[in-house]
Amino acid sequence: MKLDVRMSGLGGQGMVTAANLLGMAAVSDGNYSIVIPFFGAEKRLAPTESYVRISSQKVYEKGEVGYPDAIMVFHPEVITKGKCYTMPFYQGLRPNGWLIINSKSPLLSEVDARSIADLNVRVLYVPASEIAIDVAGTELATNMVLLGGLVGATDIVTLEGLEKAIAQRFGGGKFIASATTAALDDVLKKRYAKTQELLEKNMAAIRKTYELVKQMCVEFREQDPQMREKATCITQQA
Amino acid sequence: MPERKVVSPEYMFFEAPREKKYLIGNEAVAEAVKRANVDMVIVYPITPQSEATHIVGDIYAQGYVKDYYRGEDEFNVMSAIAGAAMGGVRVFTATSGPGTLRAFEMFPAWAGERLPIVCAFMTRGVNAPLSIQPDTIEIGWLADTGMLIFHAEDPQDFFDMTLQAYVIAEQPDVHLPVGVCVDGFFVTHTREIVELTPEDEMLPPYDPRISPVVTMDMETVPVRHMKDPFVMKSNYISYNAHASWQQEVRAAAERARKYITRYMGSPVEVLYPEAEVLFMASGTAAAQARVAMERMRAEGIDVGLVKIKVIRPFPEKEIAKLAEGPEIIIIPEHNITGWLAREIKSRVNNNSKIYGGPRVFGGMTMPPEVIVEETKRVLVDG
Repeated sequence: MKLDVRMSGLGGQGMVTAANLLGMAAVSDGNYSIVIPFFGAEKRLAPTESYVRISSQKVYEKGEVGYPDAIMVFHPEVITKGKCYTMPFYQGLRPNGWLIINSKSPLLSEVDARSIADLNVRVLYVPASEIAIDVAGTELATNMVLLGGLVGATDIVTLEGLEKAIAQRFGGGKFIASATTAALDDVLKKRYAKTQELLEKNMAAIRKTYELVKQMCVEFREQDPQMREKATCITQQA
Repeated sequence: MPERKVVSPEYMFFEAPREKKYLIGNEAVAEAVKRANVDMVIVYPITPQSEATHIVGDIYAQGYVKDYYRGEDEFNVMSAIAGAAMGGVRVFTATSGPGTLRAFEMFPAWAGERLPIVCAFMTRGVNAPLSIQPDTIEIGWLADTGMLIFHAEDPQDFFDMTLQAYVIAEQPDVHLPVGVCVDGFFVTHTREIVELTPEDEMLPPYDPRISPVVTMDMETVPVRHMKDPFVMKSNYISYNAHASWQQEVRAAAERARKYITRYMGSPVEVLYPEAEVLFMASGTAAAQARVAMERMRAEGIDVGLVKIKVIRPFPEKEIAKLAEGPEIIIIPEHNITGWLAREIKSRVNNNSKIYGGPRVFGGMTMPPEVIVEETKRVLVDG
């Protein structure tokens, strides 16, 4: 079992937190994982990426994931304005991989869509920011929604593992975050009356997309046993 | 802070139970400081070191470290930490890239004063252009300061080497500063499983009475060459003193070899030493080379790896011997100067079989794919 993930977005959207949660979940499931963030001199809304490698074997490889099995795009401008560290944003994406995009509707250019189709990559458009607001009551949970999508698609970690990771990360335990991340943590914590509520709402956001994507995968298989459907928009009503 | 007990270095390194934690490198080094019975920490923050020294500030607040402050800049910090070490306490500090350069005058001074300071270097690109990203160029410069230099591959090495550094640095016949180097971000910000010794076990305290130079305090005058500097006289004895003192610093580094073997096992880690192609690398370039090696072996190409853990004193005998067998030696590095290739080429007979590269610098990682591709190209083109 092995999966390399690249998360691209704008600083403040929680790519690093999502990567840490995914890695923590993998370790709590009994696997190995390496997590690394990538950013310039830290500021909000600047291109930011994080990378997660998960495997049942010890992982040695460090640094950016050049050849991901899955790419998660947290903001449309990663695609439309090239706000990422590779050009094009899907450079190195492995055949038969996953592309999970925070958007209600397709936004790939014709050229990109064709290249991605050639790779037989499955593309999911998830209205992650909307789901985050509806389910968790804050757009800050966008990263959770996208994590739910990735896990629904790949089962790379268990939901129990993720739940433990969230409790560890936000449950009052010691977690070392940079100053701006700590500030965002404070904003997030103020949104909820109790830590327990934060944990529950974030897990609900994860479960929502997890289930939507799982359901979609079942439909995929019924229509197309090879899962060669190229792009799917997920709606909350699905 | 739990009630703590002193344990021997041998017990801590080889026998103590280990607990698995999922940590970034910057947390791992702070965990080492916690167990190192450190008296004083003086630091100035710089990315990618800042988190580590922030956490060390937290453990100071918890009582693990007796004194801690933030200096005005790196030159101030490295000078102040020298003063603390001369006063006979165990110290820790850390910096990165431009901070290393700002403080540089102090590193040969630490070695010359025979101060067993442990400094973590979280290596980073240097100006210009300005960069905060990883690049190991500064290790090549630090190598000639007289300090001992270790290069960690991952957060686990960072934890272990920091603790080993104190024990090796403080041997009376060594008594030299140690730079524990790691690649910024690729180790400092990378989260992986690290096995830690118990939180309530710490190394024995530093004993300043074993120092080969006199510890300075209000009643003890400073070491001879400080109270009456050679620079004040221009005569045969002053020149000779300076020359012999420099040789003594290098001789002390040589004497560290036996302690490196005792506490770190070996200055090199070797996989498949009989292979036709050997990768020789340090830091995270060794991690990337490990992956490249596995992939090439799976393809049936006979590749091995020499991970160089200690840059000073350089393991020249080990490297010269290992270099006899393979037909080709490949040296991947995260810097433009190729200091490791230079180092190895100068110690090996028939060094035309050494390929100094691939090199990646400017902040990006070296994908194992690049090492594989370059190695195959060298195998074909020679």
